Amino acid sequence: MSTAAIEIHDLVREFKKGPRAVDGIDLRVESGEVYGFLGPNGAGKSTTVHMLTTLLPPTSGTARVAGHDVVKEGAAVRAAIGAALQEAALDPFLTGREHMKLQTALHGMRGEDGRRRGDSLLERVGLTDAADRKVRGYSGGMKRRLDLALALVHRPRILFLDEPTTGLDPQSRSALWAEVQRLASDRGVTVFLTTQYLEEADVLADRVGIIDHGRIVAEGTPDALKAEIGRPSVEAIPADPANLPRTKEVLARFGEAVAASPKGAAVRLSRGEAQLAEVVRALDAQEIAVEHLQLHAPTLDDVFLAKTGRSLEGAGDGAPEHAAEAAPSEATSPRLVRQEA
Amino acid sequence: MSRASFGSVALAVGWRSVHNYFRNPAMFVPGLMFPLFFFTAFAGGLSRVDSVPGFDYEAGYTAFVYGFVLLQASAFGGIFTGFAIARDFESGFSRRMMLAAPRRSAIVAGYWIPALTRAAFNVAMITVIALAAGLEILGGGLDLLGLYTLALLVNAAAMLFGSGVAMRLRTMQAGPAMQVPAFLALFLAPVWVPYDLLVGWVHAAATVNPITLVLEAGRGFIAGDPVKVLPAFAVTLALAALTVLWARGGLRSAERAG
Amino acid sequence: MSRSALALQVGVVARRSVVRTLRQPAMVVPALLFPLMLLSINSSGLDSATELPGFPTDSYFEFALAIAFVQGALFSANSAGTNVSSDIESGFLARLSLTPLRRVALLLGQLAGILALGLIQALTFLGVGILFGAGIAAGVAGALVIVSLSLLISLGFGCIGAFVALRTGSGEAVQGAFPLLFAALFLSSMALPRDLIETDWFRTVADWNPVSYMLEGIRSLVITGWDGEALALGFACAGGLAALALAATSSALRTRMARA
Ligand SMILES: Nc1ncnc2c1ncn2[C@@H]1O[C@H](COP(=O)(O)OP(=O)(O)OP(=O)(O)O)[C@@H](O)[C@H]1O
Ligand SMILES: [Mg+2]
Repeated sequence: MSTAAIEIHDLVREFKKGPRAVDGIDLRVESGEVYGFLGPNGAGKSTTVHMLTTLLPPTSGTARVAGHDVVKEGAAVRAAIGAALQEAALDPFLTGREHMKLQTALHGMRGEDGRRRGDSLLERVGLTDAADRKVRGYSGGMKRRLDLALALVHRPRILFLDEPTTGLDPQSRSALWAEVQRLASDRGVTVFLTTQYLEEADVLADRVGIIDHGRIVAEGTPDALKAEIGRPSVEAIPADPANLPRTKEVLARFGEAVAASPKGAAVRLSRGEAQLAEVVRALDAQEIAVEHLQLHAPTLDDVFLAKTGRSLEGAGDGAPEHAAEAAPSEATSPRLVRQEA
Repeated sequence: MSRASFGSVALAVGWRSVHNYFRNPAMFVPGLMFPLFFFTAFAGGLSRVDSVPGFDYEAGYTAFVYGFVLLQASAFGGIFTGFAIARDFESGFSRRMMLAAPRRSAIVAGYWIPALTRAAFNVAMITVIALAAGLEILGGGLDLLGLYTLALLVNAAAMLFGSGVAMRLRTMQAGPAMQVPAFLALFLAPVWVPYDLLVGWVHAAATVNPITLVLEAGRGFIAGDPVKVLPAFAVTLALAALTVLWARGGLRSAERAG
Repeated sequence: MSRSALALQVGVVARRSVVRTLRQPAMVVPALLFPLMLLSINSSGLDSATELPGFPTDSYFEFALAIAFVQGALFSANSAGTNVSSDIESGFLARLSLTPLRRVALLLGQLAGILALGLIQALTFLGVGILFGAGIAAGVAGALVIVSLSLLISLGFGCIGAFVALRTGSGEAVQGAFPLLFAALFLSSMALPRDLIETDWFRTVADWNPVSYMLEGIRSLVITGWDGEALALGFACAGGLAALALAATSSALRTRMARA
């Protein structure tokens, strides 16, 4: 028998006047796993989450969540899961505490019990001080945190988070990451998380599924996926800016160019890490003094590029780019963006 | 992990709507004002028509208009709740409830609480004003029970009708689709003068409009001279039953669309 | 700024306002439909009122026709208010206030949409009236006067809506003000001629309510023909309201644009 928290077979959702938003997905998430569902805008992430959380019936295929069929046993599924959807479903006229009261009551927790649970969750997400203010006046990050706290009210075994950190500042983002990690490791909560941030999937997910046009194009642990692509890139910044064109020429012998910082040049090594020594020797032979030389391990961007043939954001003209590595701030971590052909 | 009962979900949904309703004047003022204006404008301005030959209603013109406005306020209490439901579906807030409720019909049941609260509040205000304006209720306790039970059923039917529309269209643009049918049903009836004095197409429409029966029975109760009680109750119960089906279909449609 | 530049500005803003108003079915359809619905229901439902001694005509439809014009104007208030408040909420007004656009231009332009809607309303109501047998006693010239009086009334109420929006900046407040304007219509000689109103306080209110005179101005052209006094009162009330409301709106706009 299955111990899987989520088990999906050939799941399809068609919209009347729309595309096949989800086009035959199979996947399995084990209990206690954090599964990252990665894809660009319109890939079908939210549609999948809606089907798994019983908000939307599938056109065909089956999905079992917590061992229950999402179509036939909706009530049992809902009892086992918590969800924070992409558009935080909050009422601008209610305060944070009133949302808690509503949510605990919706789950049948009454009186003192519900109140204590609510207060402790508000405290955990750092909203105690704002608890009596109307949600209308909350910032985007506060709304997300409240939404997360509301999803946890009934201690769900499986948690669905649809782009939980979109629009959050770096601090709130890492706080949320820490909370998700805590839930997974301390409480054994299974987490199904969608994101457009490669870095987020990398940090949080035990396993990642990449979805594009409603289909899963790659799946595995982040490391395995990256290893499969396996080709790091190297970036060199010449000490003398005048040498930049020559640096580019030299590097071009080792692989195709990728975007680099303005003062440097970078290529993806066609035969992998072992070429680094050759690169150094070649630069040396040309008498180019190098101020900075760095090897970049492959990232999930590369995986996405390899699997879909399409590039990532930051490269308006379609050239791949490693913006995050040039400026390692979380706020500018790369996002998958669909490039219209 | 806990599992909520039908009642606790309904109560939670109802609590929130009632809470919002009283907190936002923009929500309850229009719902209250319209029946009030109707009452003052017509009970005050039109009272002369009760001297038109053929106008025979014992309790006086104020009571005649009160009978209508009572029904109107009950129906509007339900219809305006339909607006609130449409807003929840448009904003996505309804998903919070859809995700939590084991049985989703509890959500619809919960919305009846604000519908009833609105109607009760509006009817109370109108009754106070009508009494101050010289309303005389000739009916006894049993008549009043009949009158307000009818109003209650109309309120439920209007709310169920509105929720059915709201859950099918799931946008605030659905407002007219709820309002116009309710408006027509209410006004294509003996509103200002008795049925026999209506002429033209409104007369024809009032003949087939079930609300005519409800209105006549309600006015009968007020005058202490119950008429057409059984048909009126039969019609309202049938309406309520039909609208239950309509609302259930709406819920299905909302579930299908996500 | 030259005169022609001002005219150009007014034209640009007016065009946008007209297009924007007429492109929103939610604004146009109820503004035409609801007055016609009330007219149709009332004229059939209240026809027996014409049997009251002293009632000026034997067709309640002719009597009630005037209501449609004023009720239509109430929708103008709502549309104008909604348009302005959404301009405020979307920041469009703030953007305009950064351009060298003159306030008058903005004001006149914003009201152009309302006047366009008002014209459509007046012609529709007039057409429906004639089609269903209301003879316009004052003839073709009278019909033109009805349209112009109706536009003046729309302008006045439209300004009230814009004023509320400018002062509060909120679409909800505009919606909230709508029933109050309706009260002004209901507490007038809408349903019966003033001398047939029985309740004393109601008659007093109707006597003081300018809406009574607007209705009676239009009504006189439909029912009696050329009635100098009714027309003078009607135009005075509508014109007075429009002038007051324009002045108030203009000052509210100054405050709002200074803030924006
Ligand atoms: N209710 C709907 N009706 C019609 N089409 C829809 C509906 N919901 C989603 N779609 C379409 O289905 C596709 C997938 O949408 P979905 O919201 O699942 O994408 P997503 O991966 O969550 O994107 P994002 O990152 O932008 O949230 C899109 O093309 C979208 O236009
Ligand atoms: Mg999404």
